[in-house]
Amino acid sequence: MDGAHDMGGAKGFGPVVAEPNEPVFHDDWERRAFALTVAMARPGGWNIDMSRFARENRPPEDYLSKSYFQIWLAGLETLMIERGLVTREEIESGKVLSPPKPGIKAIAPTEVTPAIRRGGPTEREAKAPAMFAVGETVRMKDIHPVTHTRLPQYVRGHLGTIEHNHGCHVFPDTNSLGKGEDPQWLYTVRFDGPELWGKDSDPTLSVSVDAWESYLERAS
Amino acid sequence: MSDHDHNHQGHHHDHDHSELSETELRVRALESILTEKGYVDPAALDVLIDLYEKKIGPRNGVRVVAKAWSDPAYHARLMKDATAAIAELDYSGRQGEHMVVVENTPEQHNMVVCTLCSCYPHPVLGLPPVWYKSAPYRSRAVSDPRGVLKDFGVTLPDTTKIRVWDSTAEIRYLVLPMRPAGTEGWSAEQLAELVTRDSMIGTGLPKQPGEIA
Repeated sequence: MDGAHDMGGAKGFGPVVAEPNEPVFHDDWERRAFALTVAMARPGGWNIDMSRFARENRPPEDYLSKSYFQIWLAGLETLMIERGLVTREEIESGKVLSPPKPGIKAIAPTEVTPAIRRGGPTEREAKAPAMFAVGETVRMKDIHPVTHTRLPQYVRGHLGTIEHNHGCHVFPDTNSLGKGEDPQWLYTVRFDGPELWGKDSDPTLSVSVDAWESYLERAS
Repeated sequence: MSDHDHNHQGHHHDHDHSELSETELRVRALESILTEKGYVDPAALDVLIDLYEKKIGPRNGVRVVAKAWSDPAYHARLMKDATAAIAELDYSGRQGEHMVVVENTPEQHNMVVCTLCSCYPHPVLGLPPVWYKSAPYRSRAVSDPRGVLKDFGVTLPDTTKIRVWDSTAEIRYLVLPMRPAGTEGWSAEQLAELVTRDSMIGTGLPKQPGEIA
């Protein structure tokens, strides 16, 4: 979706301000909100693309005014309410008002470290040959999905060069909707600065995105 | 800057206190509901937090860079298959399943961003700092990286090309900075003192030998 989260090239946000000796978390609630989100994914039955969509799919003023972990918290609440794990009333009242959804098993303390160290690789076996070759010029499709996509607006319609083929990876646009992994070839596509930002661009700049095959079309 | 900007940057000022305590209460209540329903075990949350506060952090990436600087065979393996070479040092998993290392040279400087959210190579760098997740960085890194570098006090020669890697998929990027001059014969342990987190994102440069005691 063309939401406030898609920030590449936006203006007016001011300088980058780094905090010296920044801690990993700034408050205890950030620790707990982070851990709850990570620990609920498996029992809750959602994937990383569903989580990302739950965070970005909100009014721009809400996305831009919440802190990072406040967005995580809001995303977690959405995912749980959608699946009937908790109700809005329970979250607002802070009290359990309905029985737990049956068959849900919490992650045990001993399972945490192995699960994090394993992670969730997204590469899958190829079912068809790659459509594009390294070195080829491609155009990014000018599409505007209303649901989750990882094709940023600032590259849409622009010409780039295929620089690398990473194999077939889970496609977020379908995976975020629960419509299957639909693995597709994933390419690093490089753009010259002036192609993206016009003649005033830094001429020494190039930018790349990692793009699934269905985001690309032949240049001619 | 408006209050709004402060909040988004994650800074905590007096005027934010009431809102933050509201969030704090909400998170506490949520944890107790999820615990009572049997969906989470609070002891598992403690393990997770401990992992990300004490074990997974930029010191891991520092070891990777220092080894690459001091061991040419490791450098070659790292550039060929970063995921496998990083796993040799026992770093792997969540948000680092598919690693790529990009090497700075006098001709090209690399910088990593995630314009769409906050993708970052956790096993080697830990969780991202607030600025990496903030609107100023995510918006400008791809269009004005020299301006962003200036915010960090870094100026590169005009002749150095800048390459920005937007982490839009599950490939995670680690920048291999240039080994500082004057470090001939240094051990990996000594070299590690020069490697900073920001130099592995591309918003900073390693320390020079004279900068460390």
